Amino acid sequence: MGASTQIHQTYANGHPAVDPTQVPYRLYTDPELYAREQEQLFRGPTWNYLALEAELAKPGDFRANFIGETPVFITRDQKGELHALVNRCAHRGAIVCREVRGNRKTMVCPYHQWSYDLNGTLRGVPFRRGVNGKGGYAEDFNPAEHSLTPVRIATYRGLVFGTFSDDVAPLPEYLGPAMREHFDTIFNRPIEVLGFSRQLIHGNWKVYAENTKDPYHGSLLHMFHATFGSYRSSQDGGMKVDEQGRNSLIIALKSDEKQELAAYTSESVGSYSKTLKLADPTLLAARPEFDRFSTTIQYIFPNLVVQQISNTLATRQLVPKGVDKFELLVTYFGYRDDDDEMRTMRIKQSNLIGPAGLIALEDGYAVELVQRAVAYDREAHSYIELGGRGTGNDDSLVTESAIRAFWKSYGELMGLRWGGSADGSNGTARAD
Amino acid sequence: MEATELRARIEDLQAAYAECLDSNRLEQWPEFFTERCIYKIIPYENEALGMPIPLMYGDSRGMLRDRVVAHRNANFFAPHMYRHLIARMRIAGNDHGVVSTFTNYAVYRTMLDPGDYGRSELFSVGVYQDKIVFENGNPLFQEKIVVIDTSQISTLLVTPL
Repeated sequence: MGASTQIHQTYANGHPAVDPTQVPYRLYTDPELYAREQEQLFRGPTWNYLALEAELAKPGDFRANFIGETPVFITRDQKGELHALVNRCAHRGAIVCREVRGNRKTMVCPYHQWSYDLNGTLRGVPFRRGVNGKGGYAEDFNPAEHSLTPVRIATYRGLVFGTFSDDVAPLPEYLGPAMREHFDTIFNRPIEVLGFSRQLIHGNWKVYAENTKDPYHGSLLHMFHATFGSYRSSQDGGMKVDEQGRNSLIIALKSDEKQELAAYTSESVGSYSKTLKLADPTLLAARPEFDRFSTTIQYIFPNLVVQQISNTLATRQLVPKGVDKFELLVTYFGYRDDDDEMRTMRIKQSNLIGPAGLIALEDGYAVELVQRAVAYDREAHSYIELGGRGTGNDDSLVTESAIRAFWKSYGELMGLRWGGSADGSNGTARAD
Repeated sequence: MEATELRARIEDLQAAYAECLDSNRLEQWPEFFTERCIYKIIPYENEALGMPIPLMYGDSRGMLRDRVVAHRNANFFAPHMYRHLIARMRIAGNDHGVVSTFTNYAVYRTMLDPGDYGRSELFSVGVYQDKIVFENGNPLFQEKIVVIDTSQISTLLVTPL
């Protein structure tokens, strides 16, 4: 009996304790479930983040990417229109776009030099009529029938998303009002891409997805600010979850802007430090940028995180590479109208985030700690009841409501039967 | 200083630098730099695109010390050790006592955690683009730009390269 069948039966039989507050560890380790995710989730009714429009500024610009494990590439054609195409030649299936990014007029498959326009239309087939009247394709060969497979795209505020689904809700609706509002804030004016980082994390992509919906770990796993007393964790903030439970936004509010600023200026760093203080606090030199919040972590199901930590701005894309591995591709950006000082601050603060990030590097480690521990214990499950059993918005950061919402939504998309104790309400956490 | 001696002194600096990191004497690491300095690890991907984002950055000895204090006290990661292999450097120039060098390196990372104890992997390969000055007769890095070909970091990068 295949593992997937087992899961089906387990769920169909109403196996107890399968609910968003108790997630069986086999969901992180089952290769057949992973294969189903590729079809039902990444290639299902979801919008997958593909690129920032700023990366594809000029006609002819392209970049390769993935939707789940399906290779795709995104182009801006000579008319300035964006396209996404499955990166697979219509002839014999070879990868067509072989560079991570660049600028070209056409895309040529190296195997037999079939060439395509940047919108995917087949333009050229060598020896189409054969040689000396022999070989070649038949008279009724129609190039129009052999274009690259298109991926439907939509953009919002300069973020490009793609989908294989005809049924998925339009992108703005898929994002939901709260997520759109946050995009409107972060992507409020033209951006400039400042660089990339890549991290291969040896764990299931969903462990990381949970991590980005988990404000509980913030000041507990990432001890940098606590160690140096450079930032007082106010725990003021909250959690927004969209109606379907897929997308979420962690907001750490500025409790007191003066306190926030004081914490980041060299004069007072260390004022709440008991033992350690930064030798060079210019590392944390920052400017207040957004009115209401100091840190935001936004997750758009299934593969995008938008982060704003102090003045660092970045998208993080999850690229699954098998059931126990994924790549995290971080794209750092600032605004095109940043002055030199602002730009320098963003660059210096990048010390905080990414694979070597002083307040971020632990996440990759945490994912691997989970993956290792659950590898051989498929029936055991996690315990996700912080802040109650609700799956909606929460006005606390000491909550796992967005993680429960994620699993609820995941279960629905994957056709798994979820039951159990989660109340599924959209209310706030339990009252104290 | 004669060319032969200059090369020997800088090669000794490179070797001592590697040994410092490989033997986990991180507290001594900032001492290889001038008080105002640049230490930067930048992915080849960004360098090639002319984009500025580094993975690790410090522009003072103090900021490097902060990295070490965080490493020791704040950051969580699987215990590991490094082994640097340093290729023969090229001295590219000597501009009023600031010596520019290019040196290829490879760093193997050996895990010391229970699950993987003793497993080594090629963790990072790239080039050191250094600027070296002599202070009180001792060579120090005024600038050390580590351009890593291994843009894809395996799990995390917490120990300097």
